[in-house]
Amino acid sequence: MAFEGLAERLQGTLQKIRGKGKVNEADVKEMMREVRFALIEADVNLKVVRSFVKTVSEKAVGQDVLKSLTPGQQVVKIVQDELTNLMGGEQAPIQFARKSPTVIMMVGLQGAGKTTTTGKLATLLRKSHNKKPLLVAADVYRPAAIEQLETLGKQLTIPVFQRGTDISPVEIVRQALEEAAEQHHDVVMIDTAGRLHVDEALMQELKDIQELAKPDEVFLVVDAMTGQDAVNVAKNFNETVGITGVVLTKLDGDTRGGAALSIRSVTEKPIKFIGVGERMDALEPFHPERMASRILGMGDVMSLIEKAQANVDEEKAKEMEEKFRTQTFTLDDFLDQLQQVKKMGPLDELLKMMPGANKIKGLENAQVDEKQMGRVEAVIQSMTPTERATPEIINANRRKRIAKGSGTSIQEVNRLLKQFNDMKKMVKQMSNMQQKGNKKMRMPGLDSFFK
Amino acid sequence: MSFFKKLKEKITGTNESVTEKFKEGLAKTRDQFTSKINDLVAQFREVDEEFFEELEDLLLQADVGFETVMELIDELRLEVQRKNIKNTDGIQSVISEKLVEIYQAGDEGTAELNIQENELSVILMVGVNGVGKTTTIGKLAARFQAEGKTVMLAAGDTFRAGAIDQLVVWGERAGVEVIRQSEGSDPAAVMYDAIRAAKNRKVDILICDTAGRLQNKVNLMNELEKVHRVIDREIPGAPHEVLLALDATTGQNALVQAETFKEATNVTGIVLTKLDGTAKGGIVLAIRNKLNIPVKFVGLGEGIDDLQPFDPEKYVYGLFAEGLELEEQQEDK
Ligand SMILES: Nc1nc2c(ncn2[C@@H]2O[C@H](COP(=O)(O)OP(=O)(O)O)[C@@H](O)[C@H]2O)c(=O)[nH]1
Ligand SMILES: Nc1nc2c(ncn2[C@@H]2O[C@H](COP(=O)(O)OP(=O)(O)O)[C@@H](O)[C@H]2O)c(=O)[nH]1
Ligand SMILES: [Mg+2]
Ligand SMILES: [Mg+2]
Repeated sequence: MAFEGLAERLQGTLQKIRGKGKVNEADVKEMMREVRFALIEADVNLKVVRSFVKTVSEKAVGQDVLKSLTPGQQVVKIVQDELTNLMGGEQAPIQFARKSPTVIMMVGLQGAGKTTTTGKLATLLRKSHNKKPLLVAADVYRPAAIEQLETLGKQLTIPVFQRGTDISPVEIVRQALEEAAEQHHDVVMIDTAGRLHVDEALMQELKDIQELAKPDEVFLVVDAMTGQDAVNVAKNFNETVGITGVVLTKLDGDTRGGAALSIRSVTEKPIKFIGVGERMDALEPFHPERMASRILGMGDVMSLIEKAQANVDEEKAKEMEEKFRTQTFTLDDFLDQLQQVKKMGPLDELLKMMPGANKIKGLENAQVDEKQMGRVEAVIQSMTPTERATPEIINANRRKRIAKGSGTSIQEVNRLLKQFNDMKKMVKQMSNMQQKGNKKMRMPGLDSFFK
Repeated sequence: MSFFKKLKEKITGTNESVTEKFKEGLAKTRDQFTSKINDLVAQFREVDEEFFEELEDLLLQADVGFETVMELIDELRLEVQRKNIKNTDGIQSVISEKLVEIYQAGDEGTAELNIQENELSVILMVGVNGVGKTTTIGKLAARFQAEGKTVMLAAGDTFRAGAIDQLVVWGERAGVEVIRQSEGSDPAAVMYDAIRAAKNRKVDILICDTAGRLQNKVNLMNELEKVHRVIDREIPGAPHEVLLALDATTGQNALVQAETFKEATNVTGIVLTKLDGTAKGGIVLAIRNKLNIPVKFVGLGEGIDDLQPFDPEKYVYGLFAEGLELEEQQEDK
């Protein structure tokens, strides 16, 4: 029941329009309806959607879309750019205090991921900023919340300050700050209890802690799966304690994460980090352009490439990027990529990041049909080196031979060749669309090989 | 008799305090939602296209989701035509009626838990991270205890830091035994142990906790299937209930969660948690509509008593109560 991405949706709309030659204003309006659907399905708050669509419509009508030969792509691009703009601009670093210690406070609803993120962020601060953090167990309500933080502290060998559950969180924080001064901790991280944004007593408690600790950063931790209510949550927390940034957790799931846009538009505070797993190293900086693709259901190709690079040797990755850029990649390279991807392990997880991956045959339930991949491999392996480098020469006879050699059918060979061709064309279009200075490569449509 | 009267009778006829609790828990949700419906009705005298568009927006903002909203609106349009409704005075009861109808389109009476007579019943709790599985188990244990049943818990979340301790605290609160192994051990082995212990001690109900897992993690879903298999092997036909905890704050992804967990573990019911916030949990309508999984309980807070059986009429009543009362007053005049 995965939802269609914007690109697919627009394709559908455009098919109706096509044949008329150029699009008119009414067609743009029609396309904007699809944009609206896509955003709502991604859980972007309806009010936010409304103002967003208005802005984008104006741009679209005023601009190239009407003249463009590829109106669908134009619309996707405008939407994507606008989303990216809205979510962020420059990446926002952590604000450290001029005078130590830097105090960081984690706030949010129950179960959002505050405690886990506290551990992750402490790890990051120690590793990348050489800090000596103290974790403060200020959740006296959730059963075993203190044990949870202590377990993490032990795992990470980072000290945890706790005073049990019998004294007030405000008092705990006060004592923790004294301890931090004595022990020369340069970062103090306060893990507060989850609370509803409408719980007045507990929101007041948060305010009290804040007034006492005067934190340099107040991070609102939000579950990426949050629906329409994200605006209310973000608004109330922001108004009560004045958040300085947002951490979006559980993005390793398959949610579109439209809450990111909602939160950003009501608070105007930067999303600083994203949580991408339960382990202590699963915290990453936020990339607005990736989030934009994700919200639109276009897959997270950059993360995929990054993951590939972490697993593939650097040289090879560079070579591949260059080949994508210059459009000189061959079926051989493709085969190579396939095999690399296979090595990288949980295939389904990787494929999920690809554009349109929900359409991949055999992936309906997050299961990759490895057999299908095997067939694609077999087809390519049955080609001669010349055929792989210059697929244009593959005529009917050769196709027959390849099909036979790979134990597949001529139809399958044809399909592979056609899709490879389409992919090349798409890469070309995409790279033409890339703006100057933006060298990041995308490889759209890879999924079509598994359909 | 109007729909509202029927509803009211039905509810007051049952259990006043439960209804009150339900209403209280839903108060914030309702306040927001109904005041909007009221605005809507006040604003539009006539039931026209504009009215439907506004209504559509309202439902979308409750996380009901596009497809289900569209279906609902289409049906309402037909209904309005059929009943020849021209102005908005009577529209609210029609709306609630339709919502309840959508919800009840599937089987009747499925809110009941499948508890075995005189033999061990096993309940498996599943769901993504942080939705309220462990808390719900604590609440359920207390509830069964109060009904005079004996209960045992299995600490099947061996992954998350502090998860076992958390369940142990809930066990103490509810006064029931918790079977546990150390952190990091195989959850299937914990289940095996727990079933043995439950049989030996002849308890009525064993509730099994599991680690939270996002539904797109294939290896974790496989692990869950294995847990399910082990339980089934030890007691054929068990688990008798597989409850999926869903956070009411969750948007459209909840539908994917329900679908995937259903496939992996044959989910028999949903516990909709954190309904004490302002989120409406409207996605359960879509889930019921598309997957036909009933909601069995709602979580209305962090306390041990904050669990109530789900009743679609009360749910809808909670959403519309004020608006309906207004209508009723006008009708009586
Ligand atoms: N998959 C995944 N799980 C997460 C992430 N962040 C937190 N969690 C899980 O979410 C659940 C709730 O996290 P916790 O830190 O206890 O939330 P808190 O109540 O806000 O402190 C736990 O099961 C965590 O392991 C994330 O980025 N990805
Ligand atoms: N407000 C509210 N909080 C809840 C409810 N159910 C659970 N929680 C809180 O949500 C957080 C996560 O719950 P937990 O049971 O640990 O989730 P699990 O990871 O699925 O086992 C805890 O802070 C609970 O106190 C509920 O119905 N209402
Ligand atoms: Mg916590
Ligand atoms: Mg748990």
